[in-house]
Amino acid sequence: MPDLFKVLVVEDSKATRELLASLLEGLGNLEVVTVVSGFEALKVLPRHRFSLIVTDINMPDINGLELINFVKKNPHYRETPLFVVTTEGRTQDRERGMQLGASEYVIKPFEPDAFCALVKKYLKL
Amino acid sequence: MSEKKPVTEFLAEATEIVEGLSRELVVLDEHRGEEPEPDRLNSIFRAAHSLKGLSSLFGHERITRLAHVLEDALDALRLGKVMADDALIDAFVDAVDALSGLLTMASRDESEGPAAERAVALAQHIESLLSQGPTPVEDPLKQLGLEPSVLHVLTEYEEHRLRENVKKGVTLYKVRAVFSLDDFDQRLTALTAALKAIAEVVSTLPSAQASDESHIGFDLLTACKQSAAELTRVLAPYGASHALISASTAPPRPRPSAPRPELGSSSELSLRSLAQTVRVDISRLDKLMAAVGDLLLTRSNIKRFAEGARAAGPGGLHPLWAQELAREARALERKLDDLQKGILEVRMVPLGQVFDRLARLVRRLLRESGKEIDFEISGGDVELDKLIVEDLSDPLMHLLRNAIDHGIETPEQRVAAGKSRRGRVRLYATSEGNHVKIEVGDDGAGLDEARIRDEALKRGLVTATKAPQMQRRELLNLVFLPGFSTRKQVSELSGRGVGLDVVKTNLQRLSGLIDIVSEPGQGTTFVLTLPLTLAIIRALVVQASGHTYAVPLNSVLEIVAVRPSELRTVEHRQMLSVRGQTVPFVRLSQLFKLPLVEVQQHYVVLVGLAQHRMGLAVDALLGQQDVVTKPLSARLRDVRGFAGATDLGDRRAVLVLDVPALVSEMMRPADAGMGNL
Repeated sequence: MPDLFKVLVVEDSKATRELLASLLEGLGNLEVVTVVSGFEALKVLPRHRFSLIVTDINMPDINGLELINFVKKNPHYRETPLFVVTTEGRTQDRERGMQLGASEYVIKPFEPDAFCALVKKYLKL
Repeated sequence: MSEKKPVTEFLAEATEIVEGLSRELVVLDEHRGEEPEPDRLNSIFRAAHSLKGLSSLFGHERITRLAHVLEDALDALRLGKVMADDALIDAFVDAVDALSGLLTMASRDESEGPAAERAVALAQHIESLLSQGPTPVEDPLKQLGLEPSVLHVLTEYEEHRLRENVKKGVTLYKVRAVFSLDDFDQRLTALTAALKAIAEVVSTLPSAQASDESHIGFDLLTACKQSAAELTRVLAPYGASHALISASTAPPRPRPSAPRPELGSSSELSLRSLAQTVRVDISRLDKLMAAVGDLLLTRSNIKRFAEGARAAGPGGLHPLWAQELAREARALERKLDDLQKGILEVRMVPLGQVFDRLARLVRRLLRESGKEIDFEISGGDVELDKLIVEDLSDPLMHLLRNAIDHGIETPEQRVAAGKSRRGRVRLYATSEGNHVKIEVGDDGAGLDEARIRDEALKRGLVTATKAPQMQRRELLNLVFLPGFSTRKQVSELSGRGVGLDVVKTNLQRLSGLIDIVSEPGQGTTFVLTLPLTLAIIRALVVQASGHTYAVPLNSVLEIVAVRPSELRTVEHRQMLSVRGQTVPFVRLSQLFKLPLVEVQQHYVVLVGLAQHRMGLAVDALLGQQDVVTKPLSARLRDVRGFAGATDLGDRRAVLVLDVPALVSEMMRPADAGMGNL
């Protein structure tokens, strides 16, 4: 039996968080860890081995860009694919996200199927 | 994930955001003319941004559009591109007003209304306000000695805050702190709070380099008007250091004012109405109800002690004490009744909520049907448990569609039959004690017995030998079988491939009953009987073969005493005649395979489920009681026939019968004979 993939979802909106989690869980063989802020993300990162990180940009404490920077500069997490899921935002924020090393920039509202397809691609499900 | 839950969650979260927005705006409103606090502006911006994202994800385009415009305006404001003048703040207040109106519409599933028009007008107004302010920007950030790696993780807003501080000549510091991974969040939050007392924290950057396995470093870009010595003092308890970034200067120009459009009365969508209503998750009420249920049991126990004490006489409790105890127990009982009633009332909503929506749909259907029909509606003030009301709209709509589409004849047919040209469709609700009765009726042609018989034969739903023997009532009930329809072609109105079986299933879920009254030439009426609530149930306590069970009273139609000799056997099944209607009879002991006890007479509990009726015989009736059903433990969950367990107050758990399951179980052999559906 293959290892269970763990996915970290960082999102401060409860409804969106649960929607993302249920989409991901629907893919099967996935464990989803959800946190509500960048702070919490920093806390759970060392405790798990994530196969994918999905984060929002606009969050109250540490913003998503800072989180991407942290993940991509850290040798432990550098290889983990990271999706930004955010509302059609400023192009500048988007460019920065990609420059910092985000794998995909998913804009809300997104097609659940397309999102799942992306996840499958990165996790090779 | 169920279909309904995310919608509820969306509404709950969106309402919360809008309420937060309106609270923040009140503060902004009160401080007109002053420069808004950056943190407040940013939090209002974030709220609008979240609302936009949320509503777009859940497909609410109008909310998305207005939230988007609001977000753009707030963004321009926080980035210093426009001024917070009266026109803009007025527009914000109106927009939040309109957003709560849109949410109300969304919660009622409405798509058109004055709130929608207001929202569109407002969005345009705000856009026009924004388009009048051009942006003069030259970039002071370039002068800062910040490394690109820091600049690149800043959001546009954080950049703006840096710029503003540079322009105002505020000193910028990079504060560095390293914390243990175990408690960094508390320590960092504390440090940020301490810093905010004397400075503005523009950005918090987790440092990628300095972290070892157990520590994590942070760089806080801080704009501080106080002296460096003061900053050092604040940082000391956190072991944090600071480095100077720059010490170095023109406010945005005011925007010409635009006239505010006439947006119509906003009183109907006032913010007050939101603030005076408390939204409560119905599961919390369920918990309260469960607690009341437990209290009711305690009350029964106390009552029993009181009676016991009195019965024990002088040898037991002092008679005065026993009397006192009995009195207090009665007082407790009354108060508990009030409490239970109070909680039930909170759950109750008038049927009008659904009726209004149905009336609008029906009127549209009437226009489209081309038939001449008067629609009568009454009983919208009858109240029912919110959960039940929510689930009623689909079955009722289906029945109304049927009445309009199939029930009422064309005007020509009606005149030919000697009836008035105009038909009549009615939707009535009446309150009857613990039940609510809803009737959907028409004065049309009535159900055609012969056609139902033919159709049932054709579809193999009944056998050729059985069909001619079936009574009208039995025949009528065939329309509830899946796949049954007497219409040749699927109509525009009700043809969605959904039959009355769906109506039946919906009602079963609500522990409701459905009956058909139909006379040829006079019309058809569907009578729905629904319990007031599903939260607490009144149960009949019965005994069979020495075991005690609770039967939910909302499934009980009546109780009759029958001697064994009065039973008849039809096709290997025991039948019972109740006022001319033949119903299947079964002893509860037989169903549960308990040893049968010889009895002089059976107490037959007549139970029903949707259109089915069944006589359930028990050995003894022990009384009635309010019970809160608790789910069965995992081990017993798969046992058919039980809805749960309850405690009757004598500390003994008894099983609560799942009447719908028992009835379907009983009906199954007959249905199987009607064809394998």
